[in-house]
Amino acid sequence: MSKISILQRYNVNKEIILLSLILAIAPFFFQNDFYYEIAIVSLLNAMICIGLNMLMGYAGQVSLGHGAFAGLGGYIAVILGSKYGISPIFSIFIAIVTMGIFAFIISKPILRLKGHYLAMATLGIGVIINIVLNVEDELTGGSDGMSVDSFRIFGYEFSDSLQWYVLCAVLLVLAIWSFSNLIDSPFGRILRSIEGSEKAANSVGINVSHYKSIVFVLSVVIATLAGSLYAFFSGFISPGEASFSHSIELVVMVVLGGLGRIYGAIIGAVILTILPQLLTSFEDYQTLIYGSIIIFVMMFMPKGIAALFADIKGKLFASDK
Amino acid sequence: MLQINSVNKQFGGIKAVDNLSFRVKKGHIHSIIGPNGAGKTTLVNMITGVYKTDSGTIFLDGADITNISTDKLVYRGICRTFQNLEICENLTVLENVLLGFDKYMDKNLLRTFFRAKSILDDEKRYKDRAMHLLGLIGLEKLAYQKAENLSYGILKKLEIIRALGTSPELILLDEPVAGLNPKETKEVADLIRTVVADEVTILLVEHDMKMVMEISDYITVMNFGKKLAEGTPDEIVNNKDVIRAYLGSGVVC
Repeated sequence: MSKISILQRYNVNKEIILLSLILAIAPFFFQNDFYYEIAIVSLLNAMICIGLNMLMGYAGQVSLGHGAFAGLGGYIAVILGSKYGISPIFSIFIAIVTMGIFAFIISKPILRLKGHYLAMATLGIGVIINIVLNVEDELTGGSDGMSVDSFRIFGYEFSDSLQWYVLCAVLLVLAIWSFSNLIDSPFGRILRSIEGSEKAANSVGINVSHYKSIVFVLSVVIATLAGSLYAFFSGFISPGEASFSHSIELVVMVVLGGLGRIYGAIIGAVILTILPQLLTSFEDYQTLIYGSIIIFVMMFMPKGIAALFADIKGKLFASDK
Repeated sequence: MLQINSVNKQFGGIKAVDNLSFRVKKGHIHSIIGPNGAGKTTLVNMITGVYKTDSGTIFLDGADITNISTDKLVYRGICRTFQNLEICENLTVLENVLLGFDKYMDKNLLRTFFRAKSILDDEKRYKDRAMHLLGLIGLEKLAYQKAENLSYGILKKLEIIRALGTSPELILLDEPVAGLNPKETKEVADLIRTVVADEVTILLVEHDMKMVMEISDYITVMNFGKKLAEGTPDEIVNNKDVIRAYLGSGVVC
């Protein structure tokens, strides 16, 4: 224990270095702004998925409402900026705190539910949020959405795609690092024990509902951050961001990448952000394709793509152990 | 140490526990026996706050612990195991035992995010202690196996070891040998007698009469939610009421 390097001490592992390298090299292959846009949306989706995976993959609690939470968070940040003139960084901060409190309050009743019932409850809340955003058109611009002021941090304006890419890439690496630390700790063990057996966790002194709330709040907070950044990046926000289909998309990303695999969230997010762009001619069939992916993944690789990689790696380097 | 004062629990029209009182002495292995449906597990669930008592009180070392939830009781020194195995199968054997030490570990969110030294130190310190506990049941070699790969008998022992991690003063074992073969039963009995009973007072609910008679210091017999008899194993074996409850009233003794 005395002879560990600073990298080991702070849990900077091979995966995180590899991820940083890929993120650093990727822009050299981007031919135009469209590439950047896809990359940035992938990164923001990946951030939401990290939190959602924590909730679904580690603590075993389903949510079909995270698209709506991200969208509502985005709306709060945007409205604070455009109607009350608060600078983006503070409006995002306020949105995060507000959504955190909101998540904490709803978590107490809904996380008492399990399985299908929890899925139904989160779905219901998501749909309500979506309806409110559509109907309250004085604040939200209704179904037409609203345009968003430019994003600046302390006077430094983000106008260039590369700036956005760097911001999102740095945030994603930070998110991955801190959530890896979370998983690899007594706190993370508690989350997994809740999925394993709530009774067992309870019997050794763990207040299960307290930890469920915390992980739910964390996942909503990171979704809010990504959702509001997305609004500022795209310069426009509409209830579509908070729609049920966006929530489903996020769940598919997590499941495809691999439940309970933190890097799976990134893989799933990247694939499912790029895929629709490749399949633009099949736009009408998007939901069908998502549905098929879920069925396929559940039947043939229920642990997701990340687990597939881990298996292949395990077979290739089996002689190492 | 543990004092149960005329507790009651009713489910619909059925009195599962009916005006029951008894005491558990410090350092004893105190067994609760009785035919199926006598209310034994209900009693355990009442002591650990899973069920609310309809009336009556429960005291631990003079402090009222009636209706306190299971997780809070762990901090008062009571820990339990389950009749139907409750092991986190998605965790490794070692992680399951580490869970027992959870109440001592640093779980501050901010320190966890930034991987503070206290988190790493705790993890290391309690890993050594968890390995020591695993050693008691000869499981060090399987420490990094997923719990789902282990046999039922081993997991039953693992559950007891996990409970020991919380350093309880009183441990409630709900049928620790249910479904085990004679060899495994003997191993669990040895574990209870040699390891657990050394430091901890035990309230044991069990059907295996041979084991109960062998290891108990004191026995309370329940039938239809009521206390039928209590005494040392010798007194219980010769108690006419007990024999009648188990074998039926037609038997001439």
